[in-house]
Amino acid sequence: MPDYSWPQPENRNLIGKRISRVDSPVKVSGRAKYTYDYNPTGMLYGKILRSPHAKAKIVSIDTSAAEKMPGVKAVQIAQKVGSTVQWAGDEVVAVAAIDEATAEDAIRAIKVTYQPLPHLVSDAEPPAGAAEMPGPLSFDDLEDMLDNQVRPREMAEQIQQYGITFKPDDKTLEGLKSDGASDDVLAALRAAAVHEDAVSKPKSNYSKAAAQTQGEPDKAFSDAEIVSEGIYGAPVITHCCLESHGATPEWTDDDHLMVHISTQNVSGIAGQMADPIGIPAANIRVHQDHVGGGFGSKFGPDRWTIVATQLSKKAGGKPVRMMLERNSELEVAGCRPSAYARVKVAAKKDGTITGWQSQSWGTGGPGGGGMPPIPYVFNIPNQRKEHTAIHNNIGPARAWRAPNHPQAAVITMGALEDVAAKLNMDPVDFFLKNIELTTKDRQNVYREELAIASDLMGWKNKWKPRGQNVSGNVARGLGLSVHTWGGRGHASDCDLTLHPDGSVDIKMGTQDIGTGTRTTILIVAADTLGIPMDAINLFIGDTLYPPSGGSGGSTTPGGVSSSTRRAAVDARDALFEKVAPALNAQPADLESVNGTVRVKSDHNRSLSWKQACSKLGAMPLTVRGKNPDKSKPPDLTNSGVGGVGMAEVEVDTDTGVVKVKKMVAVQDCGLIIDLKMAESSCYGAMVMGISYALFEEKVMDQATGRMLNPNMEFYRLAGLNDIPELVVHMMTGKSYDERGVIGLGEPPVVSPGAAISNAVANATGVRVPFLPLTPDRVLAALGQKAGA
Amino acid sequence: MPDDVKKPTEESSGVSRRDFLKISSISAAAVPLIGTRVVEAAGTPVKVYGPGRVPVELTVNGKKHSLQVEPRVTLLEALRDSLDLTGSKRVCDRAECGACTVMMDNKIVYACSVLALEAQGKQITTVEALMQGGKLHPVQQAFMDHDASQCGFCTPGFVVATKAFLDKHPKATAEDIRRGMSGNLCRCGTYHGIQKVIAQFTQKGA
Repeated sequence: MPDYSWPQPENRNLIGKRISRVDSPVKVSGRAKYTYDYNPTGMLYGKILRSPHAKAKIVSIDTSAAEKMPGVKAVQIAQKVGSTVQWAGDEVVAVAAIDEATAEDAIRAIKVTYQPLPHLVSDAEPPAGAAEMPGPLSFDDLEDMLDNQVRPREMAEQIQQYGITFKPDDKTLEGLKSDGASDDVLAALRAAAVHEDAVSKPKSNYSKAAAQTQGEPDKAFSDAEIVSEGIYGAPVITHCCLESHGATPEWTDDDHLMVHISTQNVSGIAGQMADPIGIPAANIRVHQDHVGGGFGSKFGPDRWTIVATQLSKKAGGKPVRMMLERNSELEVAGCRPSAYARVKVAAKKDGTITGWQSQSWGTGGPGGGGMPPIPYVFNIPNQRKEHTAIHNNIGPARAWRAPNHPQAAVITMGALEDVAAKLNMDPVDFFLKNIELTTKDRQNVYREELAIASDLMGWKNKWKPRGQNVSGNVARGLGLSVHTWGGRGHASDCDLTLHPDGSVDIKMGTQDIGTGTRTTILIVAADTLGIPMDAINLFIGDTLYPPSGGSGGSTTPGGVSSSTRRAAVDARDALFEKVAPALNAQPADLESVNGTVRVKSDHNRSLSWKQACSKLGAMPLTVRGKNPDKSKPPDLTNSGVGGVGMAEVEVDTDTGVVKVKKMVAVQDCGLIIDLKMAESSCYGAMVMGISYALFEEKVMDQATGRMLNPNMEFYRLAGLNDIPELVVHMMTGKSYDERGVIGLGEPPVVSPGAAISNAVANATGVRVPFLPLTPDRVLAALGQKAGA
Repeated sequence: MPDDVKKPTEESSGVSRRDFLKISSISAAAVPLIGTRVVEAAGTPVKVYGPGRVPVELTVNGKKHSLQVEPRVTLLEALRDSLDLTGSKRVCDRAECGACTVMMDNKIVYACSVLALEAQGKQITTVEALMQGGKLHPVQQAFMDHDASQCGFCTPGFVVATKAFLDKHPKATAEDIRRGMSGNLCRCGTYHGIQKVIAQFTQKGA
């Protein structure tokens, strides 16, 4: 059995070093081509007429004037008359025209009438008694779910769980099928419990999940030496990818489609388009060279790509560019669910946490959304948790970097830091005191990381109890948070070909979303083959190549490095088989180092890489590496990391302005492939953390149901001037390396918001309950303190 | 070929709302012409372009291009869609993020907020011109060395802005440049790398 395991430190030439990312030259020179840059001859420009209402029934659509306009090549209705739009900005009609200006004019010429319906865009605490356990689903509920493109599996689960209010006869099922219900959904309907008596009950916007209890929470609180109470939370924010969502589909013949799309999921798009477009997934080719950000929001084709594909068909197959405008990008293409909670924590005077009680709520748009994983990281022995999901009309939720974890951290770390403050304990000591409530495997990781982070921050010298580091109108403070994430490697296939002339290529249907996937693959392959990275041609971003998973959940580094390692080991060993006779040696006696294949014990018996490959004969040699692959152990990836974030802030108590002065991130991610890129991931995550902690919020207008800040002036991102000294420390060494490769996209973005929130509490002596920590909120909290 | 467009003043576009209404009504009644017409507005002659496509001549990276675009087309759209110079990115489309930063007569501008018509007669330099003979410009090399790009969508704008700022303020302090460059935004959070790029040049210049 070949040895696939990661090389020992002394045998790593590239793995773990600081290596510049291979796509830097094309990116810094403007030559990198993104989906938005694809500009084929004859391309048409797509535009979409979007609903101005947050909830409304479409009463009529008149596209006749638009269809007659010169230059308009196709008009496609996205949601037919009678459909209910569920958020402002939802797609209603689309056009394709010879240029953008004509498409804009055509959109203005379309007349749609709506019957506005009552909407809810607030995610404020649910009114008492408003929350209901969800009831059986009506026919209209199912139609709404289909309109909202709820995933078939989710629909089937809900049907199974709650039952339905109507008899699923053949005619009804046929109707639902023609509206897009999948076979799974139809099967669930046939098997569902029918509650016809529940027909007329109006649906509440608030659905309550069953309370979760662990241990003896009542006893914990009655025995508690201190109880701390507070309210914490984080609002809905958007992804604000700089390259907006979109695609340019084109029909290459009557039943074959080529789709350039901005995505995190090259290999997974065709399967999602096959049903709505009505051709086999095998007839759909998907391509993408570079993507201008995704952050969890770009896994599906979305309705606009489907509509653009239909427009292309109507326009004789011509490519139709459908990239969202900035306002639509912020309104409809990304919502991180909100999460808020009233929390009570029970503790002993020595700082031991004994009980947790929370009433949480939040929204993920029409789908509601689940409870964040609270209490986060610390598994408090006695807990009672209740959660209410708010189903509202702000737009559909999407995964946002480390889904639910930043919110859980804000709630949990805020509540715990409040306990520490009440006890007058240094939060570092308080967290260490309770470290045994964290997962056993990670306790030492957290201990080690807290010590390093404290040193890098200068915590011991700088930390003062709450509100005791004030001079004039400047209050200074420190805060911390700890976090975790899973990781593991997604499924990945890698084809590696050695050519008889010594050239090498790798093909993989993955994508580089700015996380350095290209560089990761090349480092692993080059290190394994013993040749330079630039001796390998790498092809990614196309369904012509073997499938590789979507880039989500920090699963890409584990996936692509594992499949690449297995392919490269097999290719190298196959080459050794061919070369061994020429070197008068056994294959197992050979090694490939610095472009030379040689006998381990006698380096003079060697061939150059090129000479060695000439022994392959006339045909190139291709091997396929896979992940996971139980037949080729060991498992090269792993799951479960720990990290610590610390923040130092200055708060102007006259203006309420928070300025972050320094941040520290200490992070474990198993075996690091490229230290430079790993650090960049953490630096970037801290910047993103400052942004969502201080500035970002999707602000909704309750009256019109529309987003008030769908632009980059009022949906503010942190700028260069908001960025303080940033310090990153990556955990390395034997105990980390031997775990294998674990992704790093999510974990470092989790703690910054909580750490900054805690630092502001430490500085001002008062908890600002909700992110973002804007001046008005800071002043309101200070005002409450003064008034108390 | 139209004459140079009169540069609007900073306070207004040079056409008041009442003038605009007058012009609109004239345009609506007039037969569409290629090129410009001049109408009397508030006692002064005002050029009117369109409706429909008009000829526009742009000088980009030292090369002249003749285009036919609608008067409402921005310099950014003309660069990207007509000339296939896609290094400048369309992101906010309203002068907030800097991803479309280009040089116009040695001054940095947001190409999303300049009409193609207004850019006539100016020397436009885009990110594509910075690399010479297959070699990265020192600013580009520094972006690579300090890993100052992740998804890379903001990077060309940042590169142009950094180069232009350093050209104009060779002795700027790091603080000056941070403020001078706060017109560009990044979502991946590459600012730490960009700060190191800046430090490299300011330390050299100091």
